[in-house]
Amino acid sequence: MSRVWLVVAVVGLGTLAARGSFLLVAERSQGVSRRVERVLRMIPPAALAAIVGLQLADPDGSTGLVARLVAAGVATVITWRWANLALALVVGVGVVIALDAVI
Amino acid sequence: MSESPTTVRSAVRDGIVAMAPLALGVAPFGLVVGATASEEGLSALQAAGLSLGVFAGASQLAAIDLLGSGAPLLVVIATALVINLRMVMYSASLAPHVRELPRRRRLAMSYLLVDQAYALSIVRWEQRDDPLSARFAFYLAVAVPLWTIWQTTTLVGVAVGNQVPEDIPLSFTVSLVFLAVLVPSLTDRPRVVAALVAGGVAMAAQGLPADLALIVGALCGIGAGAWCEARFGR
Repeated sequence: MSRVWLVVAVVGLGTLAARGSFLLVAERSQGVSRRVERVLRMIPPAALAAIVGLQLADPDGSTGLVARLVAAGVATVITWRWANLALALVVGVGVVIALDAVI
Repeated sequence: MSESPTTVRSAVRDGIVAMAPLALGVAPFGLVVGATASEEGLSALQAAGLSLGVFAGASQLAAIDLLGSGAPLLVVIATALVINLRMVMYSASLAPHVRELPRRRRLAMSYLLVDQAYALSIVRWEQRDDPLSARFAFYLAVAVPLWTIWQTTTLVGVAVGNQVPEDIPLSFTVSLVFLAVLVPSLTDRPRVVAALVAGGVAMAAQGLPADLALIVGALCGIGAGAWCEARFGR
């Protein structure tokens, strides 16, 4: 099946181009305008929130949406107040399992 | 967090510690992708070729599905590439932090760029003024183990099929890790707006094909946050 190898080659190169699009010309990124800087500054919160939002919305077959949202809220508060990932993970998973059993 | 400059050694240690909980999500996903590849008639060599050449789970899975269903080659390629468009955004966001690195190292970073490496690195680099060598070391300490786990588990998936139990909320654990990375990036009001809009739009747009919801959500959030900052300041 040479179709597969064609896909590997084209998608591989295309993905590398996307990944390197700015990293490979980073030396030219000095002195960008304030407008560009403002846009760049918004990428981390926006991209990360989009990842989280999509994951929370997408049913994974084992937990309910409401349970996931509540547990995510609790985990956010824990991370915000105490910056403790382990605690947020344990409590978050605990809450989602408990709520799933109840709802 | 110490006041002394971060050494390469401590950056590597921090990177591995930060990466570990995300490996919980990568390993089962790799098994699923490997198992699906063999179900759809790909050989072990072809599955390994995809993992080595593309190294991006969601697009690999989509490509395998479409190849298996006999979709036109152009559709397979276009779908897989659209899913990976978000990498452009990550690349733009990381670039200013590593512009003094030799290009060869930036090429290595590019090949290894995935959601997890982006998320953990950008938040760390924003929070701490690490020397360049420590920044690169942290990135590799996250990305190289994930790459190794991905290559291994996709092959194991081809060989043994999908053995991941359904009832452990593993994927939810991964969401929580990304959430924990998101929170410290909310340093001011425009960024909170960016996150709320991006998350909300991504959830609402969940049904869009080819993971478009992610990039649509992110773009809306970036636009909303940048507009807020231009209009009202930080």
